[in-house]
Amino acid sequence: MNPENLKYSKEHEWARVEGSTVVVGITQFAAEQLGDVVYVDLPEAGSDIEQFGKFGEIESVKTVSDLFSPVGGKIVEVNDSVKDSPEKVNEDTYGEGWLLKIEISDPGQLDALMDAAGYESLTAE
Amino acid sequence: MTTSNTANELDRRLLMDRSVPGRTAVTLPPSDVPEQDMPQESLLRDDLPLPEVSQLEVIRYFSLLSQLNFSIDTNFYPLGSCTMKYNPKLNDAMASLPGFAGIHPNQPSDQVQGAVQLMHELQELLGDLTGLPGVSLAPLAGAQGEYAGLLIARAYHASRNDSARTVALIPDSAHGTNPASAAMAGLEVVTVPSASDGNVDVNALRDLADERTAVFMLTLPSTLGLFEPSILEITQIVHDAGGLVYADGANLNALLGIAKLGDLGFDICHSNLHKTFSTPHGGGGPGSGPVMVTDELAKFLPEPVATRNGDSYTLSEPESSIGKINGFHGSFGILVRAYTYIRAMGRDGLKSAAENAIINANYIQSQLKDSFDLAADRYCMHETVLSASRQKKRGVKGLDIAKRLLDHGIHAPTMYFPLIVDEALMVEPTETESKETLDHFIEVMRQIDDEITSDPETVQTAPHTLPVTRLDEAAAARKPYLRWQG
Amino acid sequence: MVHTVDHSAEPTSGSSSQHPYVPATDDDRAEMLSAIGVDRFEELIQDIPEHTRFPQLGIAEAAPELSLSADIAAMAARNVTPGDYACFLGAGAYRHFIPSTVNAILQRGEFVTAYTPYQPEAAQGTLQTGFEFQSAICQIFDMEVANAGMYDGPTAFAEAALMACRITRRNKVAVLDTADSRLVEVLRAYSVHQNIEIQTITPDAAVSDDIACIAFQSPNLYGVLEDVGGLTGRAHAAGALSIVHANPTAHGLFEPPGKYGVDIVTAEGQPLGVPLSFGGAYVGLFACRQEHIRQLPGRIIGRTTDTEGRTGYALTLQTREQHIRRERATSNICTSTQLIGLMVAVYVATLGKQGLKDVANLCYQKAHYAASEIAEIPGFSLPVEGTFFHEFALTCPRPVSEVNAALLEKGIIGGYDISDRIPDTMLICVTEMNSRAEIDKLVAALAEIGGAA
Repeated sequence: MNPENLKYSKEHEWARVEGSTVVVGITQFAAEQLGDVVYVDLPEAGSDIEQFGKFGEIESVKTVSDLFSPVGGKIVEVNDSVKDSPEKVNEDTYGEGWLLKIEISDPGQLDALMDAAGYESLTAE
Repeated sequence: MTTSNTANELDRRLLMDRSVPGRTAVTLPPSDVPEQDMPQESLLRDDLPLPEVSQLEVIRYFSLLSQLNFSIDTNFYPLGSCTMKYNPKLNDAMASLPGFAGIHPNQPSDQVQGAVQLMHELQELLGDLTGLPGVSLAPLAGAQGEYAGLLIARAYHASRNDSARTVALIPDSAHGTNPASAAMAGLEVVTVPSASDGNVDVNALRDLADERTAVFMLTLPSTLGLFEPSILEITQIVHDAGGLVYADGANLNALLGIAKLGDLGFDICHSNLHKTFSTPHGGGGPGSGPVMVTDELAKFLPEPVATRNGDSYTLSEPESSIGKINGFHGSFGILVRAYTYIRAMGRDGLKSAAENAIINANYIQSQLKDSFDLAADRYCMHETVLSASRQKKRGVKGLDIAKRLLDHGIHAPTMYFPLIVDEALMVEPTETESKETLDHFIEVMRQIDDEITSDPETVQTAPHTLPVTRLDEAAAARKPYLRWQG
Repeated sequence: MVHTVDHSAEPTSGSSSQHPYVPATDDDRAEMLSAIGVDRFEELIQDIPEHTRFPQLGIAEAAPELSLSADIAAMAARNVTPGDYACFLGAGAYRHFIPSTVNAILQRGEFVTAYTPYQPEAAQGTLQTGFEFQSAICQIFDMEVANAGMYDGPTAFAEAALMACRITRRNKVAVLDTADSRLVEVLRAYSVHQNIEIQTITPDAAVSDDIACIAFQSPNLYGVLEDVGGLTGRAHAAGALSIVHANPTAHGLFEPPGKYGVDIVTAEGQPLGVPLSFGGAYVGLFACRQEHIRQLPGRIIGRTTDTEGRTGYALTLQTREQHIRRERATSNICTSTQLIGLMVAVYVATLGKQGLKDVANLCYQKAHYAASEIAEIPGFSLPVEGTFFHEFALTCPRPVSEVNAALLEKGIIGGYDISDRIPDTMLICVTEMNSRAEIDKLVAALAEIGGAA
């Protein structure tokens, strides 16, 4: 269920490389663990983020989790539509439910992430 | 509780939607003083959008709404850590006496000797029951008592020039207010793990307690309903490290006349009068959370403290008080209720309350342990924590079982708490429930367990007989709708 | 007949050892212990260190209802009670008419003995009345959202200042010096370990542009309306929030804070149908703008639908709260003082649009009548200017304690002593509960006391 073309972090975020930009979201596994997402707190575009640094929070009815960026760099775009319609995170986790676009500071950071098979074995535990 | 389907057809329109211009539910007399000049027009309000309804409509509306509630007066509430015991009616009658309900908080002590005497006597009673003789009744709820207790701990360390103590050690099984209060008191929260038997991991505590420890916050009996067998060692470890030991008194009902927190090495505790001392929960407050401390810490108590000099009683501020934590003198009406309760119960009555609460909880545990897993398979105190992990394998969650209980007119147990137990269902019967009620609960729990096998969907979609079925809480949080909108 | 058995330690004839609040009989206990698999209760508490078990208690034996109620009524009777005495005390708590509907609904055990509505299906009554409360508070103050209630007014005020610090990410709180000092004391206790600086400012002082809020009371300690719009404008110009600690009754007559763009409104809810009860239990009112809702402390009730599409109510936005966010919660508060909120809801429903206006108008008329009459007495003066509501400052020709002692002898509970602010000065509060006869009696008594100076 986890797309092959993405990279994954231990904190259950995904990263899709589009040139020098990386699109970031949470995984299907994380979305299911959370249940119905009701609120996403995201940073402003233009700020910098470190790899594995905290960039926001995601809430369901009765849980709240920190969001950690799978890559570091400059945040170039924030998905404002999930602020208004947080259900997109559940409904289209790898599509319209994306959270950030980051201009990656060092493509070598991607080596620290897992591929789909690696992530699946992590979540199978 | 109305459980028939007719409840679904009840008129639940809000007051503003019932409003008809010109109607009124009360009239006020005309002014009996010469007409005074009004202030400038620009300061005056032109529209006050409040309902206009008749008096009968007010009474009928709120009376019908009341019937949509579960309550102790109408239902069994095996709600763990909440001590949903009977709320004696005498308590309310005493609190409504004109000499109590009618007195003004700014009246000086010499005008309200009866009230201050009652507060002083309640302080003595709570000090005696907990073995911690310094008492302030000021805190307005358990969480405020907890916060006051932490301020006292910080003031104590500061008075000894030991201000580097900025850590609150808190077990992983603790109630959420513990870390929240610690954070408000500027303390860093460090979690102490539980051992596999549900007790505090004493070795872990020994490693964590050090010169940065301000306080160790412990609920006793624990949120698993267990008494810490190593309690004396635990309090000693914290004291040896220079810290203080705080008791979250949420579960004090188990200890009345059975053990005193002061004798066990605790320095500070709070008590929830709306749990142990039978004052009503009110659908979520008002509470009251007096704070009790050792003699040594008494000078730091929040104001006011009632003091006695011969036959004269005064509200005063302790010498090094942490100050004022709310507007007046505490939840006085609640204090009258708790005082009435303690005197109505008496020495032996309080002890029998604890004993019967413990027997009732163990009885339920013994009768349900074949059907449900236990968080800890040993004798419990006033509550037992069941786990629905076996039922979860059959596709039904603890939440579903709790909701199905509602269909049987029994309130849900406390769910998913403590956090360290999978599918926790925390059951606290209290001493005021009869054996017949406990037997009925046991039978219903077994019946639901059978139903999980025979008809899981009915359990998964419960409740079916209440005024509403499960509510869309996700929608409520995504698009908050929080007041009447015309 | 000669009895050979000593009964002195046993209950006397007519009483029973079975307590009315504890149903288990000796037989029930024996049966349950046997089902548990123990012989004696003590076997269940072996984890408790033996030498600490069953400590001595100095508490008396159980008192039956008949004698206990007489005992406690005697204590209550020792208090000097407003109503028996004419009362002119205010300063944070106000004596108002409470219509019979409030106590009638308060008798309903279904409300009184219910738990917090964590199971919404079994608590629609509590939840819908809480929603009515939130609606009423928003309407009285003309604000966008209100929570379901705080402990009391001063704690709501303190929490509002902490909330402003979170929203602005600043740590300086400017409080106007005309606020009741008890508000500032509670704020201090709430913020002492949070690295927050409290600045007390005068109304015309310049404020720095790094403050989190300007917090003020209106009507202020002296009963005088502040320039809410002006102060709010100055707060906003500094990039700060405006917090007003209001009096709900006053807004039956005066423009609501929402009209002036105030960001957070707090108030003591007691004047809305809650008995004085020596200071508690009361309810804190807390309202703010929709955009700040995630920083709001306390419980919030929201409207939603059930699986069959019917309207229902539930606690919402709970992730802000301590039971989920623990040490990162917006507050440690774990109550909404719901029952007192219910009293407020029934009071507002009963008074309605016209009733709250009438109460406010009566308070205004009577307080102004009292002030104008007292101002005529030689030796007395009104030291504070401005439009006042409920209460006014009165400087006396003798120390306030002496004046109040003399008033008490005449059956009058005098004003609240503010001599620490203005020498020989008290606050006189007048509400719809004070008849003209009472006011005239006060005026005559003050004239007599003043003349004896």
